[in-house]
This record gives sequence, C-alpha cells and structure tokens, in this order.
Amino acid sequence: MIYLDNAATTLRKPPQVVDAVARAMGSFGNSARGTHEGSLAASRVIYDTRCSLASLFGCERPDHVAFACNSTEALNIAIHGCIRSGDHVISTDLEHNSVLRPLYRLEREENVSLSFVPADKRGSIDYADFERLLQPETRAVVCTHASNLTGNVLDLVRIGQFAHAHGLLFIVDASQSAGVLPIDMEKMHIDVLCFTGHKSLMGPQGTGGLCVREGVDIRPWKVGGTGVQTYLHEQPEQMPTRLEAGTLNGHGIAGLNAALDFLQETGIETIHAHETALLRRFVEGVRDIPGVTLYGDFDCERTAVAALNIGSMDSGEVSDILAEDYGIATRPGAHCAPRLHRALGTEEQGAVRFSFGWYNTEEEVDEAVRAVREIAT
Amino acid sequence: MREKKLWLVITFHTTAAAIAMEKLCRAQGLPGRLIPVPRELTADCGMAWRAGTEDRAALETMVAQEKLEAAGFHELMI
Repeated sequence: MIYLDNAATTLRKPPQVVDAVARAMGSFGNSARGTHEGSLAASRVIYDTRCSLASLFGCERPDHVAFACNSTEALNIAIHGCIRSGDHVISTDLEHNSVLRPLYRLEREENVSLSFVPADKRGSIDYADFERLLQPETRAVVCTHASNLTGNVLDLVRIGQFAHAHGLLFIVDASQSAGVLPIDMEKMHIDVLCFTGHKSLMGPQGTGGLCVREGVDIRPWKVGGTGVQTYLHEQPEQMPTRLEAGTLNGHGIAGLNAALDFLQETGIETIHAHETALLRRFVEGVRDIPGVTLYGDFDCERTAVAALNIGSMDSGEVSDILAEDYGIATRPGAHCAPRLHRALGTEEQGAVRFSFGWYNTEEEVDEAVRAVREIAT
Repeated sequence: MREKKLWLVITFHTTAAAIAMEKLCRAQGLPGRLIPVPRELTADCGMAWRAGTEDRAALETMVAQEKLEAAGFHELMI
C-alpha cells in the first residue's frame, strides 16, 4: 500500500516508538500511584514527555502540559473549560468539527455567540476580519493552525497579536501542524495549545493533550482519581493534575516520548522540507491534468496536503479506485470540515485528500500522479 | 521492623512536581529518594522526597532556584 493519508494519522512510525510502547507495556505500573519502581518508571517517562512537549511548543512550564486522548478531547477540555455563558467567540471557516461541535454546543446550550472568519474559494482568510468581528463580549479566539482539508496555514503570530491586543484567550488546534511547523506559545501569544500525538508527532493513537499558559484557569470537565490529595472533595487545583483525572495512557505516552526524541534528532524543519518537496512534486504532476481541480492556496505557507477532484466524479469513488486498483490510500468525503467544504463549493462532491508524510518517497508520489492521470482520462 | 530515624521529608501537590524534584536532584547530584507520603504528614496517597536532615539547606536552595512548587519541608521520625 502507498499510504497517503498522513493527515488522518501517520501509519508508519519510527521503530523506536513501537519499541518504547512494547517496553512500557512490559514494565510500567500506574503512574502517580506509589513509589515502587513500576509506578516511578511510568511517572518518570510521563514527566520527561511533558518536558519534551513544553520545549517543542515553547510552553513555559512542563507541569502545564496536560495529557488527553487526542486533540478532540483537549479542545473539548479547553473550550468547555474556558468559555462561559454570554461569551462571544471568534473562530474560522477552516475549522475541523473538533473545534466546531464544542462551539456549536455552547451556542445551543450556554448562550454563547459565535462568529466565523470566512474563507474564500482558495480556503484563505482576510485577517482584517478578526477586527471586524470583534464585539464587547468577545472572550476568545479559537482556531486551527493549518486546515486538514487544504493544508493552508494560518498566521498564528498575527492572530495571536490580535487576541493579545484585545485581551482575548487564544486557543489553538495544532492537530495538523504539531511536529512539522514551528510553534512558539510565547511568540504567538497562545493561551491553550491543543495537540494530538498520532499525526505528525508520529506517536501512538490515544495520545495528545493541551499546553496551558500559566494563569489560565480551565475548569476540568473530568474529575476523579489523581493519586494525590485524596481527601479533597474537589479536583486538585494544581496543573497538570487539575486536568488529568484517571490513569494516564502511560504506554502510549512512552511511545510519544520516543517519537519526540526522533523529531528532535531528525529536526522538524528537515521533516517539513521533505514533505513539502513531495507535495510540490505531486502538485506539479497533477495540476495540468485536464479535469483535475486542486483546492487551497499553493502560494502560501502550508502543510503537505493536496485536496482535489476529478471532473464531477464522486470523491468516494475516486478514492476507492485509488485504493482498489492502485493500492493508494487517500481520504475522500468531507474530512469533518463542513464550513470549508461549503466555502470551496465542494459540499456535494467532497474531495480526495492526498497527505504526505516523512516516510513517503518520490516514487510513491509519481505513482499517485500516474494514477490520477489514468483515472482522469 | 525498620528502625525509625529523623529524616527530611519534602511534600508536593502533584506527581509532576515530585518527579521534577527527583530529576533535578539526580542531575545535580543531590541526595534522597521518593517515598510514599508518611501518615504523620497527611493521609494522602502521594509521594514525597526523603533525604537526610543535613541536606536541608542544599535542597531548599535548589527548590528555590528551580522554582519547584513544594508543599512543605518537614523533619520527622519515620
């Protein structure tokens, strides 16, 4: 199989990630549940992982990195824990349902009002719209770093400056960017950064979390066992315990820890350059094929994602032909990005998303280009 | 039965802080180890750093320098 669905999850992981998970499963006790070697082994690796993530994302304090199952859980914790009844929130048309559905629920149930910075036909936004949408009740900006559908990257420095200037909370969905694009919470004025471990960070599924700026209080939605302050009726106030009730995914986090070591050794700039070169090769190969429509802005900074359609063919059918006849894995349909599909005019047809990763090769890209050409003719 | 002795016991609010303590002490060659919090301090099920009382000054300095959030420094017969 030629795996070109890295924006959904990276299928191939560095071998040390797999080894680390297996080692952890043979040696870890429950972290924070005692001082025997098994428990400490888990607690130490988990703390090391917090340190690596804090360093990668420019989070001032490792103990302000809280683990969750994935970006969706982290975003739910952040959005429900920060936004209150009567608040107004600015988001964008580029968002995934992991941002949209928590916001829509608050709109429906908690008297929260929402405004969305619109995307144009190329999936790009006008940054001046943030100012235009500002209201006295605006409390937060919640937005993605990069679209999972087009790969377009948003300028977080610019949006962060806007949020900071108006005293707004800035909550970022880094699902598509963590591990390939530089993220600096300080420079970008990010208050809460939500990430997943299984995409470009190349860790196991079931890992992810949120980095929280010191002073930002998030009301925990999940409370329970923590291994500390047992006789308190409430969840402890201190981070990261405040947001981490229940046994952590120590085995998965051990894999994420190994993945972060791999990223540091390899360099995210090197990874991004490799993936970008593959993307350009693919785009150059398919853009002039009659009947092929590419979506997104290929002149701006971007991740290695290319969404396209062939004539009026159903995107699901194209993806199925790619899988069955060519052994190429892609993602058709709506990609959990309803607002952006509407903006691109692809609500009916969907789109076929090709997303490239560190382990893809030029030969695989050429094979994908050949397949698209044959399907189109 | 283990013989009781006077020890310095440093407590923390979170496991992350306790593990940070261990990591910093190991890196800086400071003595001690993690133990379950003694019942004299709290009925909590957390962990604490135990070291000799003679190491108190060095450990207090390190905790302050590294801005570690310790819940308390105690000297106990345990």
